[in-house]
Amino acid sequence: MIRFENVSVTYDGAYEPAVQDIDFTVPEGELTLLVGPSGTGKSTVLGAVSGLVPHFTGGTLRGRVTVAGRDTRTHKPRELADVVGTVGQDPLSHFVTDTVEDELAYGMESLGLAPDVMRRRVEETLDLLGLNELRDRPIATLSGGQQQRVAIGSVLTPHPKVLVLDEPTSALDPAAAEEVLAVLQRLVHDLGTTVLMAEHRLERVVHYADRVVLLPSSGARPVLGTPPEVMAVSPVYPPVVDLGRLAGWSPLPLTIRDARRSAGELRERLADIAPVNGRLPHGDTSPRKDPNPRPEVPAPRRFLRRRTTRTAPDTSTPHPAAAVTALAVHRDRVEALRHVELTVTPGETVALMGRNGAGKSTLLAALVGLVEPTRGSVRVGGAVPHRAAPRDLVQRVGLVPQEPRDLLYADTVAAECAAADRDAGAAEGSCRALVSELLPGVGDDTHPRDLSEGQRLALALAVVLTARPPLLLLDEPTRGLDYAAKARLVSILRALAAEGHAIVLATHDVELAAEIAHRVVVLADGEVVADGPTADVVVASPSFAPQVTKVLAPQRWLTVSQVREALSS
Amino acid sequence: MAPRSRRGGPTVHPGAWWLWALGLGTAATRTTNPLLLGLLVAVSAYVVAARRTAAPWSRSYAAFVKLGLAVLVIRLVFAVVLGSPIPGTHIVVTLPEVPLPHWAQGIRIGGQVTAEGLVFALYDGLKLATLLICVGAANALANPARLLKSLPGALYETGVAVVVALTFAPHLIADVQRLRAARRLRGRPDRGLRGLLQVGLPVLEGALERSVALAAAMDARGFGRTADVPPAVRRTTTALTLSGLLGVCAGTYGLLTAEGGVYGLPLLLSGLAAALAGLRLGGRRSPRTRYRPDVWGARAWMVAGSGIATAALLAVCAAYDPAALRPGVVPLTAPTLPLLPAAAVLLGLLPAFVTSAPEESA
Repeated sequence: MIRFENVSVTYDGAYEPAVQDIDFTVPEGELTLLVGPSGTGKSTVLGAVSGLVPHFTGGTLRGRVTVAGRDTRTHKPRELADVVGTVGQDPLSHFVTDTVEDELAYGMESLGLAPDVMRRRVEETLDLLGLNELRDRPIATLSGGQQQRVAIGSVLTPHPKVLVLDEPTSALDPAAAEEVLAVLQRLVHDLGTTVLMAEHRLERVVHYADRVVLLPSSGARPVLGTPPEVMAVSPVYPPVVDLGRLAGWSPLPLTIRDARRSAGELRERLADIAPVNGRLPHGDTSPRKDPNPRPEVPAPRRFLRRRTTRTAPDTSTPHPAAAVTALAVHRDRVEALRHVELTVTPGETVALMGRNGAGKSTLLAALVGLVEPTRGSVRVGGAVPHRAAPRDLVQRVGLVPQEPRDLLYADTVAAECAAADRDAGAAEGSCRALVSELLPGVGDDTHPRDLSEGQRLALALAVVLTARPPLLLLDEPTRGLDYAAKARLVSILRALAAEGHAIVLATHDVELAAEIAHRVVVLADGEVVADGPTADVVVASPSFAPQVTKVLAPQRWLTVSQVREALSS
Repeated sequence: MAPRSRRGGPTVHPGAWWLWALGLGTAATRTTNPLLLGLLVAVSAYVVAARRTAAPWSRSYAAFVKLGLAVLVIRLVFAVVLGSPIPGTHIVVTLPEVPLPHWAQGIRIGGQVTAEGLVFALYDGLKLATLLICVGAANALANPARLLKSLPGALYETGVAVVVALTFAPHLIADVQRLRAARRLRGRPDRGLRGLLQVGLPVLEGALERSVALAAAMDARGFGRTADVPPAVRRTTTALTLSGLLGVCAGTYGLLTAEGGVYGLPLLLSGLAAALAGLRLGGRRSPRTRYRPDVWGARAWMVAGSGIATAALLAVCAAYDPAALRPGVVPLTAPTLPLLPAAAVLLGLLPAFVTSAPEESA
C-alpha cells in the first residue's frame, strides 16, 4: 500500500540528508509503527507519504514513494487526499472550520462527494469515534483528546486507504490515549485501513503494532521487523521491554499480560527485597520532612465529589516552598479549580496528574501568579504570586510552560542567556553555565527555533533556573521527548530536588511521575481527588499505574531502575 | 441531555442575519436622534443576547460595542480639540488656541468649545457607533465562515483566503496575551508598551508558522483540487467574465454621466448577467460539493425582512418628517422620541421571537 524505494530526502540548505536509504513496504491493512530517537527523520518519512514532503516543505526527494500505486512525485498532496489522511502533531493547526460536524465534512467537500454520501459518512464517523455528543460544539472548546479524535475523524470521512499519524497520543492523558488507540485498532481490524504512525510513548502503542520500522539514528538505514524483533535491538523501548531485557525473558514481552506470564520467577526473586513502601530507590532524594510514611490515601473515586481535604499541616517546616489553601479559580465563568489545598516542602517533587482540562495548568499558573485566585490564597515562599513584582517573583518561583518556546525571545542561545542573566540579576555567564550542563554541545549562535523539542526544553529550563528559584514548576515537560531526553531530564530534576528545590510538574506521563515524584496529586474537575506518596496513589489506580507496577503487582515496584538496583544489590 | 443538532431546530441562514443587521445599520444612518439610535442598539443587543450561541465568535458583540464606544470618544475628542463647524452660543469651556500660520486658515486647534458642537459630535459619533454595533451583532449571530457555504464555487477559494485572514486577528491577540504573560515568567514587567513591542516578533513568527501549518493541512485534505473542463467551456468562461466586467464598468459610467442615461442601465444589467454567468460556469472547474447547505426558509425571510423593513420605514420617515429624525442642535433642543419611527425600529426585534433559541451548553 505504501512503498518506499531507496528514498532519501535532503532539505534546502542542509548538508546531509534528513533521511536516507529508506526502503520498505507497508502492506494493506497493517498498523506500522515508526520509532526512533528525536531528530532521526520520523516526521520526514510521514510527510513523504502524504506528499507534503517535498511538495510543501521544499527540499529534494530521491528515490520513489508510491501510495496505492500513485507516485508522490507526480501527485501533489491534494491529489492524494482521497487515499491518504494525515494528522500532524498539533491537531489545532489541522482544523479548517469551526465546528465538529463541518470539520468532518470538510475533506469530503473538497473531494466533491455527493451530499447524501457526505451526510451518511459524517453520521457513521460520529458514531465510530464517539463524537455524536459533540457534533455542534466549536472545536476550540474541546479538550485535547476530543480534538485529537475530531482530527482523526476529519481525515477518515473521505475513506482513505492510508492513515498517517504523527504522535497521536503525546498530548493526551492515559485514558484519552487509550480511546484514540482503540479507534485506530478498530479501523485496522474492521475496515482494513493501513496505518503508519510515529510515536515516542512506546508503552502506549507498541503492542498495537503489526510491524515496526526503526530509524536508529540520523541518516542510518531503517530496521524493519515485528515488534519483539525490533524492540530487542532498539535504542528506544518502553519500560516493559526494559524489564524484559533485564530479566532476560524470551520472547520479549510487549504487553503487560505477556510480561506477567513470564514474571512469576522474577516476582519470587524480588519478594524478599520488596521496596520500602515502594519509594525512594535513589539514595538521598527523600524530602527533608516526612520521616513517617503518610497515612493510606484512598484511590481517586469518581462518585465522591467533595472529599474532605487532607491538609496535613507539617509543623516541622516553617516555610513551605508553596502553600495553597482553599484555592478556587474561575476562568470565563468556568470553575477551573475548587477548594484546592496543596503544600509543597523544599526538596519535594510533586506530580500533578489528571485528565486533560482537569485544572493542572491552572494550578501551576496560580502558583506563578499568572491567574488571580477567585477565592482562597496562594503563598510561594511567603509571597503572594499575583501581587509580586515579576522581578521578585523569578527569585521565588519559575515555570517552564507547556510550550517552552514562549519563554524564548532572542535569536541566539548566547543572547538568550545574557538576557536571562540580566532578568534574574545573576552573575554574568551563570545561565550559559547551566546551558552547557543541561545541553552539552549547543553552539552560542544557534537559533532557539532550530533546536529540537528536548533541547528547547532544556534551554527554557536553564533560563528559568538562572534565578535559582526554590520552587520549580514544569507543565507537561515530556511532550515530544524521546527516552534519552527524558532520562536526562529525570537526572537533572533529581539533582535539583536533592539540592533542595521543590518541584511541581503537571504531567500525563505516568512513567515520569513514577521515576521522580515523591508525591502524586490527582486532580479531577478542578478538585484534588487524591494526594499521597507516589507508590500509594499510582498503585491504586489502573490508569495511572506505570507498566512495572502492573507487571509486578501485587508487589509495589514503580520503575525498572528500582528493580535493577534491587537485583544487583 | 439529548444534544440537539444545530440544524435540528431549524437555524436561520447566516445571510439572513447579515441582511437583518445591515438593515438596522442602514436605519441608523437615516437618523441622528439619540433616542432612536439608543433604541436600535437596544434592539440589536436584545436579539444577540437572546439568540447567540456559546461559540467563540459570539463574543465579538462585546468587542464591537467597545469599538463603537471608542469611535464615539474619538469623535468627541476631535470636536473638542479641533473645534466644530457648528456655530454655537453656549460656550462650555475655552481652550488655549494654538496659533497657526496663515496658510492653515480654516483649521484651528483649541479655542472655544460650544455645547452645540459637542452635541452635534455626540449625535454623529453615536450614529457611527450604532452602525458598528449592528455589524457586531451580525458577527455574533452568524459565523462569517458559514457564509462561505453560500458563495459561488468559483469564488470559494478567494473566500477561504478572506476567512483565514479574518481569523488571523483573534489568534494574534491570543498569542500576544500568552506571550505577555510569559514575560512575567522571565521576570520582566508584563504590562506596558515595551512589553507589547518585545513580543511582537515572536508573535508574528508564531502566526506565520500557524498559517503555513494550516495551508499544509488544507492541501493534504484536498483543498484546491480542480476538475477537468473542456477548453471550450474555459474560453467561454473567460469571455463571459471579461465582457461582463467591461459591461458593468461602461454601464456605471453611463449611469453617472448626465447624457448616458439611455444606454447606462441596460448595459449595466447585461454586464452583470454576463459576469454572473461567467462565475457560474467557472464554478465547474471546482469539484467541491456542500455538506448540508443552509436553507433559506420562511424564518430567514422574516429575519431578513424585519431588518429591511426597519431600514425602509426609517428612510420613509426621514423623508416625511426630517425634524423628528434629526433633532436640531442650533438652537439646542431636547430630542423627542417620534412614535412611528420608534415602532419601525422595534420591528427589528422580530428575529428574537421567530427563531429558535440556541441550545444552552455547559
